[in-house]
Amino acid sequence: MDKLKLIIAREYLNKVKNKTFIIMTFLGPLLMVGMIVLVSFITKTSMEKKRVVSYIDHSELFVAEDFENTKSLDFINISNLDLETAKNTIKDSEQYGLLYIPKGETIEEVASNIAFYSSESPSVVFTEKLERRFNKKLSNLKMIELNIDTQQVDASRIQSELQLTNFEGEESSKFINSIKLGIGSIAGYMIMLFILVYGAMVMRSVIEEKTSRIIEIIVSSVKPFQLMLGKVIGTAGAGMTQFIAWSVLIGLFYAFVLPLMGINTGSQVSPEQMEMMKEVAKGSKIELIIQELRQLPLLTIIISFFLFFMGGFLLYSSLYAAIGAAVDNETDTQQFMMPIMMPLMLGMYIGFAVVINDPHGTIATVFSMIPFTSPIVMMMRIPMGAPLWQIIVSLVILFITFIGMIWMAAKIYRVGILMYGKKPSYKELWKWLKY
Amino acid sequence: MKYLLETKEITKKFGDYIALNKVSIRVPEKSIYGLLGPNGAGKTTLIRVINQITLPDSGSVVFDGKPLELNDVHYIGYLPEERGLYKSMKVGEQALYLAQLKGLSRSDARKRLKYWFDKFEIGDWWGKKVQELSKGMAQKVQFIVTVLHQPKLLIFDEPFSGFDPINANLIKDEILELRDKGATVIFSTHRMESVEELCEHITLIDKSNKILDGNLQDIKRTFKTNTFEVGISTTDKLSLQQELASKFEISNANFKTLEDDLKLNIRINDGDTSKDLISFLSNKANINHFVEVIPSASEIFIRAVKKNENKK
Repeated sequence: MDKLKLIIAREYLNKVKNKTFIIMTFLGPLLMVGMIVLVSFITKTSMEKKRVVSYIDHSELFVAEDFENTKSLDFINISNLDLETAKNTIKDSEQYGLLYIPKGETIEEVASNIAFYSSESPSVVFTEKLERRFNKKLSNLKMIELNIDTQQVDASRIQSELQLTNFEGEESSKFINSIKLGIGSIAGYMIMLFILVYGAMVMRSVIEEKTSRIIEIIVSSVKPFQLMLGKVIGTAGAGMTQFIAWSVLIGLFYAFVLPLMGINTGSQVSPEQMEMMKEVAKGSKIELIIQELRQLPLLTIIISFFLFFMGGFLLYSSLYAAIGAAVDNETDTQQFMMPIMMPLMLGMYIGFAVVINDPHGTIATVFSMIPFTSPIVMMMRIPMGAPLWQIIVSLVILFITFIGMIWMAAKIYRVGILMYGKKPSYKELWKWLKY
Repeated sequence: MKYLLETKEITKKFGDYIALNKVSIRVPEKSIYGLLGPNGAGKTTLIRVINQITLPDSGSVVFDGKPLELNDVHYIGYLPEERGLYKSMKVGEQALYLAQLKGLSRSDARKRLKYWFDKFEIGDWWGKKVQELSKGMAQKVQFIVTVLHQPKLLIFDEPFSGFDPINANLIKDEILELRDKGATVIFSTHRMESVEELCEHITLIDKSNKILDGNLQDIKRTFKTNTFEVGISTTDKLSLQQELASKFEISNANFKTLEDDLKLNIRINDGDTSKDLISFLSNKANINHFVEVIPSASEIFIRAVKKNENKK
């Protein structure tokens, strides 16, 4: 036991004292925050880009107010020109395009013949904006034509909204669901990222011991299993340290540095989205959201994040350790990496494709039980309220698999660390299990 | 004689390949024991079994009178042939770590390391990283780490490789000193002159089997062929040689003498003694040189391995 502690301490300190580790611990959050700032800056500038559109209105249905300029769009009336001349003029200009509203017998005819000419195909957002503008105007005109009282129509509009309540009578809002999804996705993504980065670190550390030929000296003092376990746990500790450091640093950044720099991180949300969010928030009542935030099973989320993080990491890194032991150098690891990457990718894919739509359906439930995908998939389900018994069953399966896996990995490891100059095949690894 | 280590019919297979076939050795206490054999004979596997790195399929190991157990690693020091250190770790820190893995407390390890570092005059390497050291320097550190916990049993696999003659000598003297202080040493090497110089007992392993073992002197006695190397001066060398050839088994010998001697290896006939040969020769010529040919460890090695090959 004492030796295991020694090994864990060495592996941990060796990683934590490493210059790259220290630099990345402090630079990582900076890069992340920098990316957010950059993205928000880019979105902002592209949002603020003003487009100029000329229009020819021959329909006589629209008035000047219908072409009111907005923040991102300016209209120029060139109805005095004919279409061909206008096309040629606009084509060579800096303008975004030419809007052409032809003359028509009926409102329907006009509506279906409005054309937009441009050198590049316009963005979907842009065309939808224009269409919405025309639809509203033309519908109103049609109502007048049909002698419908528009005020009455306005008054008759009803906005329905589903009040989400579970059978225990707890209300929930749609807004909170996005937050839950966000928490789940970040947790799942973090687990995947750390397994990939720190698992590879375990593997490199095993390869280093092999290539520096210290391994035989070490295993004459400790059991290979102890060495492997110590390595995996020590590296997990270093990973946790970095994760906690990042969380704290990013927290500090958001709390102090960004406001000082006058950067509003909320600015990457477009005004429309903001509007929508406000609407949703209004509809579902602020108090309800706050109440729900309080009711979020935060403790369960944090504890299960920790457990799934550890379980997933231990499971995968014992595989990484076995791979490291089987090869002589990092380039030989390629053929063994695929089986590790696949389930992780699958977990992420299931998370985003299935859990979002159907968090407690059969597929999501099954994959949150399979140990190789469960850390990711289950973490995405937990904020949505996965039943406790499922979480426990999933964890039990995960840790039992881990024990089986580390036992197998240890066998490969024990043989592999003393093998040099061979590039083993899967068949050979299978044989090693029986040595 | 008390034996510190005994292996009893150790068998180890890797798949279909038999690495060790019922190998039994007995290492007398406080002696230097040579573990010899061609490459791939199974020496390293046997050493790994003793170090509990590899588990045998059958057979047992007795250490200090009791079946070998996990904690016995604290009483064994092992310098493997394939050896190295963590390249990016500092020498002192690394030595402390390895010593602690052998069961020493940190403060104890530090004290002992200081003694050895002073002895080898390498105190100023403490804070250096291993990658800054030369190969020979790193080997010295490894040697210290191997002996630091004062093990009862020391196992050296090719200990002199990588050392220049001066340092090889230094290490050799240290090994002898450790033996004199009561340690038992298993010594595996291909350098037969150091076997000759150091080992009291040897075991020869070839193709997974033990083919020879025992006290080196005894083995030499059984391998000697009653052959004598003689240098004689006479006026008619040719006729003397012909006469000798008709009575004995002879071959040309090669050694340095002052005179222009007839140099021969003469094997005496069964039942005869050296006295008979001397009296025969002294009647014919002057004897300037007369030495019994004692087989070297190297010759024994080659002959035993060849014999083992022919058997198959």
